[in-house]
Amino acid sequence: MTEIFRMNEAQPRLLDETRQGLVGKPLDRPEGPKKVSGRARYAAEGLPEGAAHGVLVRATVARGRVIRIDHEAVRDMPGVIAVISDDRLLRNPAQGMAGAAPCQPAGEVFYHGQPIALVVADSFETARDAAERLPVSYDVQPAETDPDTASEKEVDDPETLGDFDAAFAGSDATIDATYTTDAQVSAAMEPHAAIADWQGDNLTLRGSLQMLRFNRKELADSLGVDLAQVRILSPYIGGGFGSKLGIGPEAVAAAIASREIGRPVRVVMARQTVFDAVLRRTETTQRVRFGASADGSLKAISHDDLVSNVPGESFSEPVSQASQFLYGADGLSFTQTVARISRTPTGSVRAPGEAVGMLAFECAMDELADKLNICPVELRLRNIPQTHPMTGQAYSAHGLADCLRTGAEKFGWSKRAAPGTRIEGDWRIGMGVASAARKSMLVQSAARVRLTGDRAIVETDMTDIGTGTYAILGQIAGEMLGLPVDRVDVRLGDTDLPGASGSGGSFGANSAGSATFLAAKKIRADIASKLGCEPGELTLQDGIARGGNVERPLADLVADEIVHEATIEAGDTSESHISAGFGSHFAEVAVNQWTGEVRVRRMLGVMAMGRILNEKTARSQALGGMIWGIGAALTEAIEHDPRTGHIVTRDLANYHVASHADVPGAVKVEFLEERDDMGNPIQTKGIGELGISGAGAAVLNAIANATGARVRNFPALPDRVVAAMEAAGV
Amino acid sequence: MTKLTVNGQSHTLELDPRTTLLDALRDHLDLTGSKKGCDHGQCGACTVLVNGTRVNSCLCLAAMHDGDEITTIEGLGSPESLNALQAAFVEKDGYQCGYCTPGQIMSATALFEELKAGQPSYVSEDLDRAEMTDAEIAERMSGNLCRCSAYPLIREAIAMAAEVKS
Amino acid sequence: MRPFEYERAGSLADASGMMGDAASIIAGGTNLMDLMKIQVMTPSRVIDISRLPDMDRIETHGDGLRIGALVTNTALATDPRIRAGWPVLSRAILAGASAQIRNKATTGGNLLQRTRCPYFYDTAMNCNKRVPGTGCSAKGGSGRMLALFGTSEDCLAAHPSDMAVGLAALGAEVEIRAPSGDLRTLPVTQLYALPGNRPDIETHLNEGEIITAVILPAPRAGTQQTYRKVRDRASYAFALVSVAAVVAMDGDTIAEASLAFGGVAPRPWTDASVNAVLAGAKAENATFERAAAQLVPDAAPHEETDFKRPLLRRTLIATLREATGLAGRVDTARTASAGGMQ
Repeated sequence: MTEIFRMNEAQPRLLDETRQGLVGKPLDRPEGPKKVSGRARYAAEGLPEGAAHGVLVRATVARGRVIRIDHEAVRDMPGVIAVISDDRLLRNPAQGMAGAAPCQPAGEVFYHGQPIALVVADSFETARDAAERLPVSYDVQPAETDPDTASEKEVDDPETLGDFDAAFAGSDATIDATYTTDAQVSAAMEPHAAIADWQGDNLTLRGSLQMLRFNRKELADSLGVDLAQVRILSPYIGGGFGSKLGIGPEAVAAAIASREIGRPVRVVMARQTVFDAVLRRTETTQRVRFGASADGSLKAISHDDLVSNVPGESFSEPVSQASQFLYGADGLSFTQTVARISRTPTGSVRAPGEAVGMLAFECAMDELADKLNICPVELRLRNIPQTHPMTGQAYSAHGLADCLRTGAEKFGWSKRAAPGTRIEGDWRIGMGVASAARKSMLVQSAARVRLTGDRAIVETDMTDIGTGTYAILGQIAGEMLGLPVDRVDVRLGDTDLPGASGSGGSFGANSAGSATFLAAKKIRADIASKLGCEPGELTLQDGIARGGNVERPLADLVADEIVHEATIEAGDTSESHISAGFGSHFAEVAVNQWTGEVRVRRMLGVMAMGRILNEKTARSQALGGMIWGIGAALTEAIEHDPRTGHIVTRDLANYHVASHADVPGAVKVEFLEERDDMGNPIQTKGIGELGISGAGAAVLNAIANATGARVRNFPALPDRVVAAMEAAGV
Repeated sequence: MTKLTVNGQSHTLELDPRTTLLDALRDHLDLTGSKKGCDHGQCGACTVLVNGTRVNSCLCLAAMHDGDEITTIEGLGSPESLNALQAAFVEKDGYQCGYCTPGQIMSATALFEELKAGQPSYVSEDLDRAEMTDAEIAERMSGNLCRCSAYPLIREAIAMAAEVKS
Repeated sequence: MRPFEYERAGSLADASGMMGDAASIIAGGTNLMDLMKIQVMTPSRVIDISRLPDMDRIETHGDGLRIGALVTNTALATDPRIRAGWPVLSRAILAGASAQIRNKATTGGNLLQRTRCPYFYDTAMNCNKRVPGTGCSAKGGSGRMLALFGTSEDCLAAHPSDMAVGLAALGAEVEIRAPSGDLRTLPVTQLYALPGNRPDIETHLNEGEIITAVILPAPRAGTQQTYRKVRDRASYAFALVSVAAVVAMDGDTIAEASLAFGGVAPRPWTDASVNAVLAGAKAENATFERAAAQLVPDAAPHEETDFKRPLLRRTLIATLREATGLAGRVDTARTASAGGMQ
């Protein structure tokens, strides 16, 4: 175990001093050629010799007990090997960073679609057929599936500051609006998959997982085996977005089956199973209240929400997370209610909290601007607090004002017309704005860096789920060691390597990047001592070390391998400061005045998110988040059956993630120069989730500007826009 | 027995009649570049060319393609020698997780030919004029979902490769 | 997918002979494969007609065209004769699915595709169409893929085809071959049976009959033709409502109009009384409102699809404004990419 570096105070900006010039550069992803040529191997690919195929079977009741699974009915089908209905199968996937086994069913059914068995066969075709035919009988129990009418609701204690009611009552202008958001799913393009292979008592699992350090513990605990017996490999992951944070039923089922039949077993979820049995984002009902003085200063802020989960799950969507530190007021109040119902369990989907909370919060802000007749950009600028309104913490770096001003300028905000007045044919055109905010975190993470001559290797069980980890860790190591990026290999996704934060909560770059930085920094100290200079005097560039009056090629200086490992974790600065990314989103939409169709014509996101490690991959992350915002605003809606609670829209034809045609070419991202000295030693902030936070609200506010009508049920599907226009008489 | 010519190489396979072209490629020929995202023609990750035409290989029974010429992503270029479109995807960062990427690239490969043949799309103002605009590329690529949402960069890569070609 | 015998038919007669209760014909397979994988359809025999000769041709037929049942959606939509003479058909087809699917899907298969009602697609749910007599789970469920017209207490499913809606507005016919080899024709709109209490019976095809072609009547010169599809995203989604319009103008008066509606009925929906409201009337919003009032009922027979009433009324108006030139610019109607960064 290496000594743990705690982030207790601001660290020197070493990456601004180093000479290699890699950090921040828009370099191509090193794994790119493999991905674009179909050679990158994902979890389900490359079947081991003798592999059998497993297909999960779902429960078809909302609540109850499995009385009988009729194994015999399918056992005789040629090619069927086994039906697994082991008590260790998972009921719910693990939540992010659980590090222990999640709920295991023992025959209890908590939601329609819950995996209850695995059919294993010689071929995929046979396993799928048998899984569909497997007879299951239940003792059916009554189920509640509607969060609004659920009898079991847990009302949390309000989080408050000051006297909200008095401040609200004493305001010149108030908004009291209720919004709803439909449930959403991650819908990563790669379905959850695992290949389990036991050699003796040791399991190797190829999985599609985001947080291997935790997943290994969850898998071992689920199976009841020692940690040392489990190795997980996830070199390539076809998207995660939260859905692969914790170990899932496919992995545990594959491992149980493989051990039982003595062959490698592959389990790939059907797309419908991904909808049924992977954690979804809760539907929400949100009440936002603002009170302000006539000049637009906020006096009162309240954001209450109703979310849901199955009984016993600790996760609840932190809907008002950003609302608590985005704007200041005299009185603030936030209350969450969790309904316990029989629907697919809820968990983290990209930017849990902000992704839906900021839709309501930032639309309400727009409604307030309308009421006060103040420019929405100006209203936001007037309410940026100096310190965290609830805790009094200092902000580590706060770029919201710059983002709003820069965005307004670059987007041409001054040309925004009065609501409902800009018309092109049958289309009404409008512009909208929203603030973006998302907490930035540091999570314990380790990395090892090896330097031999002028070649380096970075090793960590960190994952790259499309976020650019391979690229940025190579850049950090190359920068620190003075090596061109093609001299650095990055090895990820293997639990035999030092345990990282994993990819989640946008903390991967902060955490794994810092660990890589610290390990490389130790190597720098060794090089300085070999060269006979102080570390502060050392410069490393293009494989040449310089210090004092000495200059030597690394190839000569480092004949034997230098290896260092480093571990970082959050420290005092996470208490003294709030680190958060900030930004502004601008959108222009066209709304058909007859059909209610909405087309986004252009978008701009301006973001201050600390040091940018790779301008190209950072842009992609931000862009992707903004496009999720388009989906949240316009198209993405899980429909639950009112009787069974099951997801009716359980495939990619009925759940509408944005397609090419929903996204204009003109989605632009601007980064403002920033260093977050309090966040971590590389001065970065999280990126992947800031892009979505608030983006959809800009689109929705643009619809209101275009039409003069306000949709409050999101997404703004055509019929909802029509209903809003008809209600507003426009 | 089903005979498939894949990327110029001939294969004879004995398959369960239920085997899709996609599963034949991935599990029987170990050509895993074509991806399974939905298995129902709802995402486009499995797009391959059959006799030069793009189709969802998940919706094809392998047996129905006896004697056909199949082109997969592995047939376009290797990591060491990418073709213009593949290279443009890398340069423009037209992908993130990479899972939809082979389908996007196969689709774009066919799109060039469809435009050259003058095929209109739903967004063509004039059914007799097919042009390489961003709106046209967007509509024609809409059968390929990308949850990482690299869409604008995918289209920049396609436009860039189109210029290289012409 | 259940195990099945795969057979390649050598001729139509051959295919007819192999048909029976447990057999399915496969051509493009884009919907059949979809349904077989989830065991909504479980044929024990699959008869491949995709390589039958001469059925993938578009030929002159009197003043019109005869479109072979194996002509792909792409070949049909992009055929220069169709683009010039029957553009609403090109537009309708291009509004559907994706390029990949249109490359595979055939004319006959498109007409015979099954509903996208999510309850039909889910073997855990009751469905009278899938298993007669089990009940209709769609009633009281999610309504986006359900119908407004032509439903019964036993089935609310809508037919999802865009192509069929274009064909209905054009007055196309379906050519059907009996096992005896005899041919008969039916108007496209009469191919489909409304659900009644037997929603499993979807067409008026008899045992062993195969659709061999679609016959287009002579082109209606000088008409404005358009297809407008409103859906939950901008592309690659089934219609909530759609409208095909073929409109002949005389100055600012509508001389004749033929409309058909998609996403709202178990078949491409037509209503002669709506066409009659438009014929001879001035092209203006008031006229379009009257046509919409004629079409759209005051209440939906099932509340699940009540949201489609205003949507259909307004989409009808939008389509007629586009077809008669009142809408002005229409480019944004179909694309997100209008306008540039400043």
